[in-house]
Amino acid sequence: MEIILAFVIGGLFAASIYMLLRRSLVKLLIGLALLGHSANLLIFTAAKLTRGQPPVIDANATTLEPPFADPLPQALILTAIVISFGVMAFALALAFRAYRSVGTDDLDQMKSTDA
Amino acid sequence: MILAIAVLSGFGLAFFAPILSRRLGHSTGWILALLPAGLTVYFASLTPLAAANEPATFSYPWATELGLLFSFRADGLALLFALLISGIGTLVVVYAGGYLKGDPNLGRFYAWLLAFMGAMLGVALADNILVLFVFWELTSISSYMLIGYEHERESARGSALQAFLVTGSGGLALLAGLLLLGNAGGTFELSGLLAQGAVLRASPLYLPAVILVLLGAFTKSAQFPFHFWLPNAMEAPTPVSAYLHSATMVKAGVYLLARLGPVLNGTDLWLYAVGGVGAATMLVGGYLALIQTDLKRLLAYATVSTLGMLTLLIGLGSSHALEAAIVLLLAHGLYKGALFLVAGALDHETGTRDITQLGGLFSKMKLTATAGGIASLSMAGLPPLFGFISKELAYEAALEFGPWLTACVVAGGLFFVFVAGAVGVGPFWGKPKQTPKSAHEAPFSMWLGPLTLAGLSLLIGIFPASVSGFLVSPAVSAAIGEAVGVRLKLWHGVNTAFILSMLTLVVGAGLFAAREPIRSVLSKLTWRWGPAFLYDRSLDALNAVARGQTRFLQSGYLRFYLFTIVFVGTGLAGYTLFTRGGFHWPLDVLDVRFYEALLAVLILCGAFFATISKSRLGAVASLGVAGYGVALIYLLFGAPDLAMTQFLIESLTVILFVLAFYHLPNFAQLTLRRSRLRDVLIALLAGGLMTTLVLSAVGIQLYPRISSYFVENSLPLAHGRNVVNVILVDFRGIDTMGEITVLGIAAIGVYALLKLNLGAGRNREGEEE
Repeated sequence: MEIILAFVIGGLFAASIYMLLRRSLVKLLIGLALLGHSANLLIFTAAKLTRGQPPVIDANATTLEPPFADPLPQALILTAIVISFGVMAFALALAFRAYRSVGTDDLDQMKSTDA
Repeated sequence: MILAIAVLSGFGLAFFAPILSRRLGHSTGWILALLPAGLTVYFASLTPLAAANEPATFSYPWATELGLLFSFRADGLALLFALLISGIGTLVVVYAGGYLKGDPNLGRFYAWLLAFMGAMLGVALADNILVLFVFWELTSISSYMLIGYEHERESARGSALQAFLVTGSGGLALLAGLLLLGNAGGTFELSGLLAQGAVLRASPLYLPAVILVLLGAFTKSAQFPFHFWLPNAMEAPTPVSAYLHSATMVKAGVYLLARLGPVLNGTDLWLYAVGGVGAATMLVGGYLALIQTDLKRLLAYATVSTLGMLTLLIGLGSSHALEAAIVLLLAHGLYKGALFLVAGALDHETGTRDITQLGGLFSKMKLTATAGGIASLSMAGLPPLFGFISKELAYEAALEFGPWLTACVVAGGLFFVFVAGAVGVGPFWGKPKQTPKSAHEAPFSMWLGPLTLAGLSLLIGIFPASVSGFLVSPAVSAAIGEAVGVRLKLWHGVNTAFILSMLTLVVGAGLFAAREPIRSVLSKLTWRWGPAFLYDRSLDALNAVARGQTRFLQSGYLRFYLFTIVFVGTGLAGYTLFTRGGFHWPLDVLDVRFYEALLAVLILCGAFFATISKSRLGAVASLGVAGYGVALIYLLFGAPDLAMTQFLIESLTVILFVLAFYHLPNFAQLTLRRSRLRDVLIALLAGGLMTTLVLSAVGIQLYPRISSYFVENSLPLAHGRNVVNVILVDFRGIDTMGEITVLGIAAIGVYALLKLNLGAGRNREGEEE
């Protein structure tokens, strides 16, 4: 499965870079969101995959018996997902405000600091 | 201790100079001059110690691991130099008070002048060569500030920069050379290096170290072909020219050569490189002096010529030559300092520095004229002045090296006679000429300096024994590297040197008499392709390259920046991956279930349609599909918490996008087909690299997993059964705290952005309504 996910990560990454290189501000933001997905999947895959064994200790056990999914990358990704949402919300608000002020969402026309 | 305080006191007083200058007004110069005067007395009191070969020292461990001691040592050579610096410094500070009277920036001027004095004393007295280098650079910086003192003139700024760039780049070479020397000799203390002469000369680092040190010394001391900055530095106020660019700073290079002479001397490289460059500088400087009409530039070229002679003598390296060099160093400091100050007084009182416009001023400026006359006679080498003794010694030293070298040095002597006449005699004698200002005697503060220096030239000339014991002998001993006793005499008898000296005077006087025709003939022979021309062109080229690469790299287009970063990053990472053979193919190729493959295709399709969709809603819906797909992957592979969060966040993101779209314009096709193709290519390249990296990385486990700690302690320590949650809220609770803070700040930012009413925005809203 890692092989398949490697291609998924590559594909997401390619799509996000393509979108980041657009002139439209909104497309750039979509690219940012895709970049987040691909980075999270990268961390997830790099720690090896384990099917259907969440790292939760059973009610009557005192410790986890392998195999279980690695909890550490999950904790990292959980943080990353939430933070990237914060970034996305801020970026969208910024895009909205920039469009209101400058009157365009074309990044090439946002080069000058003189409004 | 007192030695270190003495060196650093200049910096201390520099700090207060602006305030003092505002408080004290016109008498500032007199009061500030008390410091250099006191230093002169202090350094004079150290000379018996140096003469007894027990120099005063100071040492403070600064960074001993680097061989860096904050150490000073006042031996004969250092004290001779320190006395020149503090003695002439006293007179120049007083002089500047008269010369720049009423200048609103006088405080700043004094601050830099005193800081320079401190730096220069540091160069002279430093025992650690790294400390010496620091002070060396400080002199370059203060020189930059002082040349550019009248910073509103473009020529002053340009000259300051030129001097700084030339001496500064030489300084870099010097640093490298000193480091090599220290490594080869095993110590950074000059006193230690002096005992390592044989080791250093045999070291393979000798050649590069000498070349680098020479570059530093030659740029600082304006040796050919770096001489061009010195005449341009005459943009500085005259006290600065007299002090920095004649008596002290430009001699730092010569001083360093004399300092390191005992260690580096004695090879053909030293003889030909130092001696050759010195001879060339002496002749080029002297020749260029012939065609100058500006008093200060004339003196500057004469200084270049003298510096060349000093370098030549040090390059020869015989004990006679070094003795002549030390005596010339002292004599030149006295007479050239006086002549510069006289030139400044002439400029100040008549309003011109053009020697063709000056004449017959003796009756109006008797004291200045007397000082100028004595100093120029010393420069010309007329008995019984000190300059005569130094010239005799130089000739005697040259005679040991054969007729060619003698001819060279005699030619240098001719130039000195010519310049002496042009500066000390021309303006004061002959027919009076109309000057821009009606001339009268300079104020007391402005004739005190030149007259004192000229008087010393005369006194030492008549009583040379007065300095030979306590000043010259220790200095010569330090330059040779063994104790010698020098006895200076005015009268050496009628020998070859004396005959040559008289011949020089006669021919030089003839040159001076014929100065007008010489100048008019020679000035037609000027050439453009000198070192100054090269300097200008290379500076232009540097600027052009900087502009070009800035325009290229700092285009202002975000996508070009991203493009560069992604392209370079992909290239470097890919290159490393494939050349180091880091690619591994994971083994579990066939371990795929059908629905998992379907999910992967779904995510890829979502991402693909998000990029090609022409409608905004379509793009965001596709983004959502990809996000939900990722969430399902999490769910399948044992991460239900991630899946829940992802579902939630993905929904929120999509809603947010849709809300924002209400206010944002539709997608437009903005780029050309060709650039889209280029972007697709770079994106696929980067994506392909990521895929390869993941494939290679999955099979590698470099370190044991650290998550076992969390798994084992989740229940016993944190009493939680969901290990992921325990990590977030307990083991790494502070991180989560930070995360919440970030989200809070983002929320405040969003709120502020939405509520903010910018002027421009309001106008545009108004137009829309």
